[in-house]
This record gives sequence, C-alpha cells and structure tokens, in this order.
Amino acid sequence: MAQRKMGKEMTVTSDGYHSKPTYVYKVVLLGSMAVGKSSLAFRYAKNSFRETMPTVGCSFFKQMIHLETANIMFEIWDTAGQEKYHSICHLYYRGARAALLVYDISRKETFNRAKLWLRELEKDFLHDEIVIILVGNKTDLATEREVTSEEGKEFARSKGLLHAETSAKSNHQVTDVFMTMPVQSQSWKKSRVDLRAPNSNQIKKCCKS
Amino acid sequence: MAADVHKKKGWEVPNGSLVPADGQHTERSESPTPGLAQGTEPGAGQEGTMFVHARSYEDLTSPEDAGVTSRIPEEGQGDEVDQTNMEQISKDFSELSTQLTGMALDLEEEMRQSKEDKLDLSPQTCRRDSVLSGKEEEDVTMDAWRMHQKHVFVLSEAGKPVYSRYGSEEALSSTMGVMMALVSFLEAEKNAIRSIHADGYKVVFVRRSPLVLVAVARTQQSEQEIAHELLYIYYQILSLLTWTQLNHIFQQKQNYDLRRLLAGSERITDNLLDLMARDPSFLMGAVRCLPMAAGVRDAVSASLQQARAKSLVFSILLSRNQLVSLVRKKDQFLHPIDLHLLFNLISSSSSFREGEAWTPICLPKFNSSGFFHAHISYLEQETDLCLLLVSTDREDFFTVSDCKRRFQERLRKRGVYHVLQEALRTPFYSISQVGIPDLRHFIYKSKSSGLFTSPEIEAPYVSEEEKERLLGLYQYLHSRAHNSSHPLKNIYFTGPNENLLAWVTSAFELYVCYSPLGTKAGAISTVNKLMKWIRKEEDRLFILTPQTY
Ligand SMILES: Nc1nc2c(ncn2[C@@H]2O[C@H](COP(=O)(O)OP(=O)(O)OP(=O)(O)O)[C@@H](O)[C@H]2O)c(=O)[nH]1
Ligand SMILES: [Mg+2]
Repeated sequence: MAQRKMGKEMTVTSDGYHSKPTYVYKVVLLGSMAVGKSSLAFRYAKNSFRETMPTVGCSFFKQMIHLETANIMFEIWDTAGQEKYHSICHLYYRGARAALLVYDISRKETFNRAKLWLRELEKDFLHDEIVIILVGNKTDLATEREVTSEEGKEFARSKGLLHAETSAKSNHQVTDVFMTMPVQSQSWKKSRVDLRAPNSNQIKKCCKS
Repeated sequence: MAADVHKKKGWEVPNGSLVPADGQHTERSESPTPGLAQGTEPGAGQEGTMFVHARSYEDLTSPEDAGVTSRIPEEGQGDEVDQTNMEQISKDFSELSTQLTGMALDLEEEMRQSKEDKLDLSPQTCRRDSVLSGKEEEDVTMDAWRMHQKHVFVLSEAGKPVYSRYGSEEALSSTMGVMMALVSFLEAEKNAIRSIHADGYKVVFVRRSPLVLVAVARTQQSEQEIAHELLYIYYQILSLLTWTQLNHIFQQKQNYDLRRLLAGSERITDNLLDLMARDPSFLMGAVRCLPMAAGVRDAVSASLQQARAKSLVFSILLSRNQLVSLVRKKDQFLHPIDLHLLFNLISSSSSFREGEAWTPICLPKFNSSGFFHAHISYLEQETDLCLLLVSTDREDFFTVSDCKRRFQERLRKRGVYHVLQEALRTPFYSISQVGIPDLRHFIYKSKSSGLFTSPEIEAPYVSEEEKERLLGLYQYLHSRAHNSSHPLKNIYFTGPNENLLAWVTSAFELYVCYSPLGTKAGAISTVNKLMKWIRKEEDRLFILTPQTY
C-alpha cells in the first residue's frame, strides 16, 4: 500500500478558513458484528441515526472539521465485524492514529471479543503509537445491559486504554469520543520526550493551538 | 395451459440457412431477417463484445454443470430400476412434504397458546437478517412459511444447514435432515434424477460438492430453471468465499459449520432470490443497459477509460441493476453471471451509499479460486449512479479511489454530468413508443453482446403479483424454447389474459406479450415492425462500442 502522507496541506477555501493547515487524522473502527460501528460513524458524520446494514468489507470516508487554528481531516475506516473480512480490513489499520474498539453493552460476548480485537491491534502497533478508545455502545438499552460501566472501565485501565460509553441511537457522547481522539494524541505526544515514531512530528503539530 | 406450440411450423424460420458468426458480417440490415448471422443482430457490438461469449442459460446446464436436472438414467440401468427408484423417492418425498406442510403439529398448538400475538406476522415482516440485528425470525410452524412460493435450502454434504431462505436454519434442521437423507439416497442409488414432483411441489436438488442446494417450489418453473437459480445461489456463495477456500475448509473439517463464515451475508442471498423472481436479467442470462443517447454513453465510457490504473480489470458504472458503461482490460472478459452477482451485491445493501467501500469479491465464472477487490461508491449522495472498480490488488485502495476522483473530474470537464443525471430520470421507456397497438411488453436479447432490452412493465401488470406472473409466462416460454430434448424455435401461446410469442434464433431471442384480443397472424405481422424499431433505437438501448483500457 502506498504509504500516505500525513500532515499539512495548505487549503484556501471560500468560507473563511484561509491558509489554515489541514491535518489528516486516520481512525479505525473495529469490533464484533452489529455492535454499532457504522451507526457511530454515521451519527458523527451526519448527526443522525437510521437502520444500517452489515458493512461489506470496509468502508472509508472523510470528515473535515474546522478548528480555530487548523482543519482536521478525519479519515475514517469503518471495518466489518464479519470474520471473513478480517484480513482485508486488517490491511488498512496501518497508519491509524486512533482506534475505536467498540462493543455492545447489551451483549457480553462482544465485550469478551473486544479483548481479542485488542490483541490484533497490539500486533500492529506499539503501545504508544495509537490512541485506543474502548467504546461501550447502545447505552439506550440500559435494561438489557450485560456489561457494567465498571467492567468496561476496569478492563480499559488494565490495558491502558481510554473508555467511553455511547449511544449512536440517542446521540450520547458520540461527538465527544471523536473529538477526544486528536486531543489525546496531542497530550500524549507532549508528555513524550523521545519522539521516535516517523510521523510523530506531524502528530505533534496536529491540533496545536 | 393452452399453449399453441409450433416447432418449425406456422411462420417458417429457415433454420438451415443460418450463417455461423464469423466476424465478417458487419452489414447491419435495417430489419433483421430470420437468417441473420450472430454479430449483426440489433444490439450486437460493433467492435467486439464486453462479455465472455454468453451461452448463459445453456452455460449453466452444460457439461461442466451437467447432471443437474438430467432425466436420462445411467447407462446400463433399465427403465424398471428407474421406475422403482422413482416410487421410492416419491414415497420419501411425501414424508418430507408432510414435514414441510404439517411440521410438529403439537408444537404448533403450543406456539399458538404462548405466542398469540405473533401469529399474524405477514411474510414481509418476517425477513431474517443477521442473527444479531434483533429482527423477527420466521416461525417455521406458521402458514405463511408454508405458503411461500419457493423455499431454498443450502446444506453441507455432511448435512449441516448453511442457508435457509425463510426461517432460521436451526429451526429447520429436522427438515434439513430429511433432505440430506434424500440426497444420500439419490447418491447411493447413483440415480441421475435430481428432481421430484409431488403434490403441487417441485423439489430440485443441485449438488456442488461440498454443498447441496435444494429448492422446494410451487412456481410454474421447469426443473431446469429452478436448478439454474440454485446454481446462482451456489455462485453467490463462491463469490464470498472462493471455490478454493470453500473446498479447503471442508477438506479440513467435514462437518464445519459454514454459517459462521456466511454470517451477515444471508441478506445478499435473500436479495438474489428476490431479484431472480422479478428481474428478467437472470432468466435471459444477459444484462440490461440504461437507455441513453449514444454520445453521452460514449463520453462516460471514455472518461472511465481514461481513469484507469494498472491493477484495474473492470470499471463499471451502473444504476439500479442497469448498466451504463463497462470498460475492461484488454483480453479480459466478464461473464454476465459475474456481473449479475456484482449487481446483486450492490443492490442488497444500502451501506454502500455512505463513503467508499472496499471489499474482496470472487467472480466465480472468471476465476473461482481467487479474490478481486471491488471499490464501490455512489457518485453522489442522492443519485443511483454507482461506480464499481474491480482491482486485482487488495492494497490498491487509494490508487483506485483516485481513479474515481479522476473519472468524476473527466465527466465534469466533458460536461456530461448533467446529461447523465437527466438520463437517470427516465430509466425506462414506454411500450407506446414502439407504436404497435396490441403490444404490451417484450424482451429482446442480442446473443452476441449478451445485452437485452425491455420496456417498462405497464398496465395491466401493475401489482407485484401481476409483474411476477408476466415474468412467469416468459419463464415458461423460455423453458419451452430451451428444453434440452425438444428445443423450439418459435412459440405462440394463447392465454386468457394475454398472448405471447417467442422467437429464438442463433443471433437473438425475442419474447413478446400482446393483449388477448389480437390474433396470431396479427402478432406475427408486427414482429418485423418491432425488430425495425429496436434496430432504429439500438444505439440508445445497447452499448455498441464497448471500450477497453
Ligand atoms: N439501540 C441501539 N441500537 C443501535 C445503536 N447503534 C447501533 N444500533 C443497531 O445495531 C445494529 C447494528 O449496527 P451497525 O452500526 O450496523 O453495526 P456494525 O458494528 O457496523 O456492524 P458490522 O458492520 O456488521 O460489523 C443496527 O440494527 C443498529 O440500528 C445504539 O446506540 N442503540
Ligand atoms: Mg458496519
């Protein structure tokens, strides 16, 4: 795969965002079938919810956000939970700055499987190369909850992940999760002295204010 | 049915005078004569074809796929043996039939008491989706389930359920068991008969190791046609897994539960079955083009051709199962069946409407052992124009994605974007344009191009049932025309609600539907006019100049 450029492009747009740098920020969504990955992406990009269908292979889209001093181009890779597509989706983890590891709070086995998905990620990334957020989706199904918030938090803590609970359906915490990612990358980078990762420089620049 | 069937009678077709296609015949006569050579009929490409030479229907039941519905007993077996087997099979089937129609009566009683409110589920609300999506599973003890026109089951040779069209495979496992017993019986007896008729049902078995596909149909279709549909289902499964992987899996583990790998894709198979019941593409083994001015289509094709990449094999623009343009790598031909599978994949999911999808896909007729990688995206949010770029390299997403960008840029530069949108607004033409009073509908297929054309289905075929009934009539004519032991060149069928005519030559196939008021002589006399009209409109209805890169 062609290694993609990360980082700055100058953009001049008519809507007043003159000469602000644009940073590319790649995010992957992964997790078991039907946990709500596509719904989360759809909620974030379109701010709405509707019945989705299982993702075929993987699905790629871009979402530009305009901050005061920079634009961030989110490159979102929404992968399929289906086993037969694992190997193709896996190819496109490369270069990701953040991963949303999603499970469904109303189905315990999706939480258990999240642990396996995490192992996959750990094969590809050094621990400090990527921000991983463990996301328990479908909080609107509170009465059917099988995974408590504490369980989620505890597991995230033990693995050094961030944790959040969302509902794509009732729009709970979705934007927050997406917006946390670049910020987290930044604070993490600031705390590092030794910047060895090849793209780290640009990441550091990303979102600086 | 009161079919008035003629074999080389009535209106004579000098079959013997047919000239074989040799590429020399580039004259395009104004109106085709019966002796028209393949390659010069209306709709035939002027510069070669896009598809693998499409024998299509025959292709599915040709020696490679032989034994599907063959009724010829094995050599050395007398008719008597065959007879006994048939009786045994019928007996077995009547038990199976009981299983299907009166499954576990006491259980049904129980369900009635405990689930009163669920009993009025209509068939539409019963579509099964992924196991996890929380949709209703169809209750196999219900009338609605039994009344479905066509049940389709897929099993592994070890008898494990793989797919069931209605209701969950789990609940059906007892039925599957009976089927498996039947299959192994057929196998043990080395009997070539693979279809059973009983009680208004046809049961058709297609064995494609390591899978067995079974249809239980109440439709009027011939076994051949049902087997043809089952093969489509088989190819559909291959398109997700490849033949190589499928075989490898079952060699490793005979009783592997394939549902694990197919989970989430049942919908694609469901969609294919629904599509086959209403879209004549599958019956014709051909592809329908979106009608548009030749100049616009050429501009689109040229733009597609220019937006190429090294790994690209096919670039396809489509709109709701109709082809707008197809550009292919030189020397690489797509098979219509593979294109149908791609169309089906796209129409089965709204998820392609968001962003750009990238998915492995096997085109089993092209190469059943490997995956291509398909880039699927809609050109714009609100249009039905879908771009499909087929690449050989799974790592090439960004290169291919850039081809899409370049394609759109070219379209804009050539100024055809808007004209194209305009063409989308009239995706079908009306039969009234032809100007033949009693004419209601027709299907015309050019054999050399693998393309067909057909007007919009209009009144009186308004309801879904009526539309499917019309397609059923075409199916009937098609099966008569292609019957392996008694193929017919021309057929005139008089029914209570309409008259139909079929005309099959080595260059084209024509199926026409007339109002019941017309006469046979009248119908025959208008065929020529219809063919002239198709010739006149051919550059709008077909792709005459396919491009390559
Ligand atoms: N109640 C509720 N349902 C949700 C929520 N998010 C998604 N769903 C439903 O869960 C099902 C699966 O959602 P998807 O977004 O397709 O799941 P996915 O993770 O993308 O699934 P795959 O693409 O197959 O891996 C759909 O029926 C959604 O409507 C949520 O926050 N609350
Ligand atoms: Mg999805």
